[in-house]
Amino acid sequence: MRPVVELSGVDKVFSNGTTAVRGLNLAVQAGEFVSLLGPSGCGKSTVLRMIAGLGGITRGTIGWPQASHDATGQPLPQLGFVFQEPTLMPWATVFDNVYLPLRLKGVSRRDAGPVITGVLAQVGLSGFEKSYPRALSGGMKMRVSIARALATSPSLLLMDEPFAALDEITRLKLNNDVLDVWAERALTVIFVTHSVYESVYLSNRIVVMAAPPGRVVADIRIDAPYPRDEAFRTSALYNDYCRTVSAALADAMSAPPLAA
Amino acid sequence: MSAAERPEDREERLNRIFRVLRFVLPLAIGAVLLFAWEYVVRAKDIPPYILPGPVLIWKTLINDWTSLYPSLVNTLRLTVSALAVAIVGGVVLAVLFAQSKLIELSLFPYAVILQVTPIVAVAPLILIYVDDTSIALLVCAWIVAFFPILSNTTLGLNSADHNLVNLFQLYGATRWQTLRFLRLPAAMPYFLGGLRIAGGLALIGAVVAEFAAGAGGTASGLAYRILEAGYRLNIPRMFAALILISLAGIVIFAFFTLVTHLALRRWHESAMKREN
Ligand SMILES: Nc1ncnc2c1ncn2[C@@H]1O[C@H](COP(=O)(O)OP(=O)(O)O)[C@@H](O)[C@H]1O
Ligand SMILES: [Mg+2]
Repeated sequence: MRPVVELSGVDKVFSNGTTAVRGLNLAVQAGEFVSLLGPSGCGKSTVLRMIAGLGGITRGTIGWPQASHDATGQPLPQLGFVFQEPTLMPWATVFDNVYLPLRLKGVSRRDAGPVITGVLAQVGLSGFEKSYPRALSGGMKMRVSIARALATSPSLLLMDEPFAALDEITRLKLNNDVLDVWAERALTVIFVTHSVYESVYLSNRIVVMAAPPGRVVADIRIDAPYPRDEAFRTSALYNDYCRTVSAALADAMSAPPLAA
Repeated sequence: MSAAERPEDREERLNRIFRVLRFVLPLAIGAVLLFAWEYVVRAKDIPPYILPGPVLIWKTLINDWTSLYPSLVNTLRLTVSALAVAIVGGVVLAVLFAQSKLIELSLFPYAVILQVTPIVAVAPLILIYVDDTSIALLVCAWIVAFFPILSNTTLGLNSADHNLVNLFQLYGATRWQTLRFLRLPAAMPYFLGGLRIAGGLALIGAVVAEFAAGAGGTASGLAYRILEAGYRLNIPRMFAALILISLAGIVIFAFFTLVTHLALRRWHESAMKREN
């Protein structure tokens, strides 16, 4: 099957000379829940941003074999992006924050209404349409951010350490909710994290990265059935996978830097 | 024996007391000072052309109201027009700066030069070169008021959250959409901060320009009343005009403080009601 997105031989060199990513190959299949796992600074965010078309790439190609194309032949991937911070507009209500991507695409407020009601219900925020971000907890803000990413009905959802700043209990809850959304909408998810446990719980595939420069050092399939729940979290299978992935991550961290 | 006060009740009670004190304390100090002033003037028999007492100044204000009031209106009209032009000019220029680094690089130094040159020194020249005195006065007041709006709005337009800028880019937002839905709202608190300063500066600019213009010009403002009263050694009237200028400044500041609060109270930290 053709992948949703395919990175081949991708390099990213920032203008200050930092090589953030070198020779990266990664093909993500439709319906996969892929975690990018690696230590801080190994280029995970850079990879995600390049996939989203933010900041450009220095060498290599990013292909969208399944995407429709616009008049000029540019691929039109349907993307949603969730940042580490909720990144909401503080002056706008929850409704207007979620409406933003649709408004930018020229959808009228009235047409957007049912869609927004739907995504807010899906993230458990029905009834908060008129609230301002300031009045919400950290977890609720993150839910708004996820609802906004879902508003355009993307097929690929990119998430950059979305729950790293949340408390453990909220994070576990949101992990389950993301899995629900992924299953219900038949999404493809690329999820950046530095937590072994989170990546094993969520993903059916973990891509381990190392630096410098940022590169893929392991690609591990997690063959555990969905839906996953607390029983999975305490199972021997989960523990085995955590051990395997931890070992891969430890290898990655002790890997010698690549010569220039 | 009364029940022990709960900490939150105690805090609430203190808050209430402070709310009252905020008004009572300055008023009390003002009253004491005025009283002492009047007392000294009377006890030492100081003549009004040296130092008039508050009572005499108040009487002058009432008696001369027919000539002071039109001057107050003139000065306020000048202040408001200068501020209006400063708002339009400052915001438009700030938006241009935000759209094009090239424009910002070429024009910003001149905005700074306008700002740092003392208006008292430039006003006489402007009065010479601009034929219409009322326009010359407007230009002077505008120069003083315009910079805080320009610099604050420019800062605000560039202070939009970097990730939000990325998000707009991701969804293919046009420049206009990014300006309308992201940069302008993000700049709002900065703009309003600039506006509060500019309001006071517009008044200062107006008064300075009127001083520089002296008796010239058909419409004479409060500064002219002060000059005129000075020539005639009518000190109570100088004080009366001065008080009107101060009051105008206070009202302008209070007005924009209220506007800021109303515009930002729903979302901005500076205007939120704190409950903890
Ligand atoms: N805008 C930038 N300019 C220069 N260097 C950058 C920039 N963004 C990231 N980097 C560098 O690229 C490397 C990878 O960063 P990043 O992708 O943010 O890592 P991660 O998300 O895995 O923590 C780091 O060394 C970082 O310092
Ligand atoms: Mg990162």
